[in-house]
Amino acid sequence: MTEAIVAEDLVKVFGKLVAVDRVWLSVREGELFGFLGPNGAGKTTTINILTTLLRPTSGRAVVGGYDVVTQAEKVRRVVGLVPQDLTVDDELTGWENLMLQAGLYHIPKHEARKRAAEVLELVGLMDAAKRKVETYSGGMRKRLELAAGLIHNPEILFLDEPTLGLDVQTRAAIWDYIKRLRKELGMTVFLTTHYMDEADFLCDRIAIIDHGRIKALDTPANLKASLGGSIIELEIADGAGHDITTLLNKVEGVGKTVFADGVYRLTVDNGEEKLPTLLETLLKTGVRVSRIVMKKPTLDEVFLEYTGRALRAETGSWEETFKQMRTIRRMRA
Amino acid sequence: MMLEVLTEIQTLVGRELRKWVRSPFLMFMTMVQPVIWMGLFGKAFNLTGVFKISEDVLTQLPPDVTSRVGEVFNRIMASLFGVADMDYFSYMSVGMLSIVVLFTSMSSGMSVAWDRRLGFLNKLLAAPIKRGSIILAKVLSGVIRSVAQAVLVMFLAAALGARYSIPNLLAPLAAITTLMLLSLGLSSLFISLGIRLKSWESQMAVMNLLNLPLMFASNALYPVKMMPPWLQAVASLNPITYAVDALRQSMVYGQAADVSTLLLDMAAVSLFAAVLTTVGVMVADRGLRRS
Repeated sequence: MTEAIVAEDLVKVFGKLVAVDRVWLSVREGELFGFLGPNGAGKTTTINILTTLLRPTSGRAVVGGYDVVTQAEKVRRVVGLVPQDLTVDDELTGWENLMLQAGLYHIPKHEARKRAAEVLELVGLMDAAKRKVETYSGGMRKRLELAAGLIHNPEILFLDEPTLGLDVQTRAAIWDYIKRLRKELGMTVFLTTHYMDEADFLCDRIAIIDHGRIKALDTPANLKASLGGSIIELEIADGAGHDITTLLNKVEGVGKTVFADGVYRLTVDNGEEKLPTLLETLLKTGVRVSRIVMKKPTLDEVFLEYTGRALRAETGSWEETFKQMRTIRRMRA
Repeated sequence: MMLEVLTEIQTLVGRELRKWVRSPFLMFMTMVQPVIWMGLFGKAFNLTGVFKISEDVLTQLPPDVTSRVGEVFNRIMASLFGVADMDYFSYMSVGMLSIVVLFTSMSSGMSVAWDRRLGFLNKLLAAPIKRGSIILAKVLSGVIRSVAQAVLVMFLAAALGARYSIPNLLAPLAAITTLMLLSLGLSSLFISLGIRLKSWESQMAVMNLLNLPLMFASNALYPVKMMPPWLQAVASLNPITYAVDALRQSMVYGQAADVSTLLLDMAAVSLFAAVLTTVGVMVADRGLRRS
């Protein structure tokens, strides 16, 4: 299996801030790889290094078989970038935006027309092609941005926060397009997101990144399984004089038990089989259970586990906040 | 290879010009200031009127006195404004054309800041195009915009009463060439500034700092000879002074025009353009490569 992206000990320092801290990763050809982390975790910086926009402070990255520093020009030919910002031109029509993009990738005119029609079809914007982008909704702009990133049929597509600020339906539509890209074109897709459900739904493998460091890297299923199979929550009506925590811990297969706000929360290896045993044990000792819930861990819990905190809110610089606000504003326009 | 670079530049210039033509408001905004200056300042501040003998004085004085005073006035006029029967509006409206070029080139520099801020610059940098193409396309579209807007103002001035005196077809050609050269130098300057000064605010500050001295320490609004010596020295280093003089020589002086002065002016503007374009493109290129 060939590697589409390889990063070895990648570091990027801005002044005193270590934005990317010794990142190692490899993405296989045709893989849909997700970079999951809060804002300011170093996701965009990593994408910028991999797409040759930034030079790494140290370390090495190979994209599409070319070194991002010494063979930058070749890397640029094989990658497509759909940036977080909306960079399509308001004053131009959708079609003109694509033609502009085609010109930047040296696609001959007749071929560019064919490609533009194809990618517009793919993202469902054919009807709006002749309209100025300023009349587009946020979701349409994002789809046009996606189409522009695809016009030169890149081997590797980088999507930086593809659904930032979009409403639920539009997000689902974008997810659908991304899945189709992979299925129909066999493209390698590298995306960043701070939405857990997005990473979970789309990606073959996920790297969890926080403060520039990769905290975990695996398939969503494995990451979730690493927390133990299931989480069981219990509320007790009558403890019958027993210490419930000790009682629960005696049951085979029960991992940690935490008691908080009147709820016992335990991680269990094989919840489906353990739940009946657990209930039996409790009932035998006369304990009365008032509520019981079993759930599978989500990536939210995984994230919490590996970074020690929930996805934090934006704490970036003023410029970053401004940029994001503007992006969101333009999306809603 | 060469062909690829040409397509890149053509693509990018095409974008700039489309955006320009489609946002008439922006075009209006870069032209409105010089036009207001021209209309108000040029009409009200009638500098040349000082050297006219009014009708009632004329009838009271003996003819030999009036003719002698007239001669003195004419000599002053010719020495300050180039020709004796110059009216101030014609004088300054031609000067304003270079100011239009100055303002428009400055707005080209600002467009770099916007491209950066909106993320478009990153998109260009991620594309397999020469960094130089990005800069050249910006400069080239800056030149096209500036010259087109200056020519538009030229016609507007004529409609408002500026008297042009064009001896032959070479004259307008020389005028347009001068405007192009001036704009080439200024666009390169402001675009390289736009690329190097990453924040939009510092760019505004630097441009405002350059803007007024370039305009006032030149012969665009009044003759250099009326300035104190130190300011004359500054004005003689200002490319706008040479461009404005070249335009007056070719467009308004008519028979009094001096071809050798015109050529000297144009040579000075060419030198300025060559130096600033070379330095500007080098600086901008390094700016795009860094980080």
